[in-house]
Amino acid sequence: MIVEGQAMKFGDKIDTDIIIPARYLKYTDPKYLAEHAMEPLDPEFHKKASKGVILVAGKVFGMGSSREQAAVALKAAGVKAIVAESFARIFYRNAINNGLPVIAVPDVTKEINEGDVVAVNVETGEVKVNGKVLKGKGITGMALEILNTGSLIDYLKRVSLKSTN
Amino acid sequence: MSGQTLTEKILSRASGKPVTQGDVIEASTDIVAFHDLTGYHVIEVMEKAGMVKVFDQGKIVVAFDHLAPPPDIRSAEIQGNIRKFVRDVKIPNFHDINVGILHELLVEKYAQPGQVIVAADSHTTTSGALGAFAQGMGASDIAAAAITGKTWLVVPSSFKVTLEGKPAKWISGKDVALDLLGNFKAEYFNGKSIEVEVKDPSSFPMDYRATTSNMGIEMNADALMFIPDSETVRYVKQMRGYEPKLVTPDNDAKYEDSYTIELDKMEPLVAAPYSVDNVKTVSEVQGIPVDQVYIGSCTNGRISDFEVAAKIMKGKKVKSRCIAIPASYEMFKEALERGYINTLFEAGCIVTYGTCGPCLGGHFGVAGPGEVIVSTSSRNFRGRMGSNESKTYLSGPAVAAATALEGKISSPGDVM
Ligand code: SF4
Repeated sequence: MIVEGQAMKFGDKIDTDIIIPARYLKYTDPKYLAEHAMEPLDPEFHKKASKGVILVAGKVFGMGSSREQAAVALKAAGVKAIVAESFARIFYRNAINNGLPVIAVPDVTKEINEGDVVAVNVETGEVKVNGKVLKGKGITGMALEILNTGSLIDYLKRVSLKSTN
Repeated sequence: MSGQTLTEKILSRASGKPVTQGDVIEASTDIVAFHDLTGYHVIEVMEKAGMVKVFDQGKIVVAFDHLAPPPDIRSAEIQGNIRKFVRDVKIPNFHDINVGILHELLVEKYAQPGQVIVAADSHTTTSGALGAFAQGMGASDIAAAAITGKTWLVVPSSFKVTLEGKPAKWISGKDVALDLLGNFKAEYFNGKSIEVEVKDPSSFPMDYRATTSNMGIEMNADALMFIPDSETVRYVKQMRGYEPKLVTPDNDAKYEDSYTIELDKMEPLVAAPYSVDNVKTVSEVQGIPVDQVYIGSCTNGRISDFEVAAKIMKGKKVKSRCIAIPASYEMFKEALERGYINTLFEAGCIVTYGTCGPCLGGHFGVAGPGEVIVSTSSRNFRGRMGSNESKTYLSGPAVAAATALEGKISSPGDVM
C-alpha cells in the first residue's frame, strides 16, 4: 500500500493532550473529534489537514494517555499516515487498530520539510521524498492484517466468523 | 542460556513458551480493566464487533473515577451505560463512584506478582508496584482482551534500576520517578521494561512504589515493575489478609543496562511545564507564585502522601487554593481516622475522595488561563489540567504541601 500526501510537520513529544484534549473524550464520533484534533497547537489543524496529509513528527509521537480518540481524531481530520522518529507504544497500537498507518523513520524531521510531497510504502517502510528514499520500519504480520482489514473491530469480526465456520 | 528477567519470566508463563526480547507473543491476561471515560468506548467497540461478552467475568475490573461524581449529563449517561453492561454481563468486580481510582483499587485489591494486567488507561503501569507486568492500551485492544482473554505484545528488553539506602528527608516515590525522567528523558525507555530492585525493602514502601510505577508510562516504558520482596508480602497481607506468591527474576538474568539511585543523597525534584522530563530541583524553581495546589491522583493519593501533607500543614493555613483527594475510599477512611483529613480541612484545603477530577482537567478544580498549579499528579502537558495557558509543576506531596502554605513554590524545609 502506497500512501501519498503533503507533509505537515511537528516536533518531538507531541502528546495525547495536544492531539485531543481530555474534555472531548466523552464522545467517539470521528467528525466531532476531527474538529478538535491538535487544537492546543493549531485550532485550524482540521481545515489544513482535510485535503489529506502525511504527518511528520519527531520522537515519541502520541505519548501519554491511552485515549483511542487520538488516532481516530487525526485520521478523521485527514491524516493519511504518520511518519515519526518514534512512537509511543499505546498510540502506535491505537493507530493500527483504527487503520491509520504509522511508520517510524530515524531522523525523519531532518529530511522532510513542511509541504513536501511524501510517498509512504506501508509494508516496506520506505518513504520517498525530494528524490530520496528513507528507510523506515514497515508494518508486517498481524498488524498489517488489522490495517488492511480497516480496524481491529473488523479484524475481530472476521476472526470470529472464521472460528465459527 | 542465561536466566530470565522478571519481564521474561512473566511473559513466558503468559504465552506458554520461553520468550526473549523482541518476540511478538500472544499473552494470556490475568486482569482486564477499564474505567468510565474509556469503558463506554470499550463497550462500543464490543457492540460494533457484535461480541458483547467477556472471557471470564471474575477477571474483569471496572471502576468509575474520571467522571466521578458525574460533572455533567453526558458523564452520567456514560456511567449509566456501563452500569447496564456490568449488570448484563454480570461483572462482580465493579466499583461505582464511591470507591476509588481504578489503579489504586488494582493495587489495593487485585494485582498480584507475576500477573499480566491490561487496562484501558495509560497509568495501568501502577500495578507494576506489586511486580505485575501491567500496561495500558486503547479501547479496541482492551475490548479484544476482554472478549478473548488474550493480547499480543512485543517482549521488551529489560533495564535494571537499583535503589540503595534509605530515602533522605521528604524524598518519596515521586522523586525517584522524576530522577529517572530527568536523567533519561521521556524517550529512552520506549520499548523497554524497567525492573526495580530495592536493596532495603522496608525503606521504600508500597505507596512509594506505586507512585514510581505509575509514572513508568511517562518514561514511555512498557512496564515499570518492582521486583517482589518482603515489602510486597507485607503489603498484600495487610491489605488483603493473605500471602502472595512471589515471582522474581533469576540471579543470572541479563539486563540491557542498569542504573543505581542512592536514595539518601536525593533532594526534592519537580517537573516544570510543559514536559514530564523537564526536571529541576525545587531550589531552582523556588518562589514562583502559585494559584492552586493539588494533592491526590493515582500517582500520589495514598496514605503516606497525606501523612506528609498533614505533618507539614498541621496548625497552619494555606495561602493558595488547595485541593486534596485521597485516591480511594480506603485511603480516605484511613486518613480520616488518623486525623489527616481534619488537619488539611482546618488548613483550608477542599477535600473529597476517589475522583480523578483536576488531574485531567475534568472537574473539581480546572485550571484557568494564566494560572500556575503545583500538582502531585502525573502529567504537566500543555492544557492537561485545564486551560492551554495554565502551567503545571509536578512534585511529591511534601513540596506540594509547603507550596500551598507559602502560596509560592517552596521547599518543605522552609516551612518546618
Ligand atoms: S488520577 Fe489522573 S493519571 Fe490517574 S487515572 Fe485519573 S486521570 Fe489518569
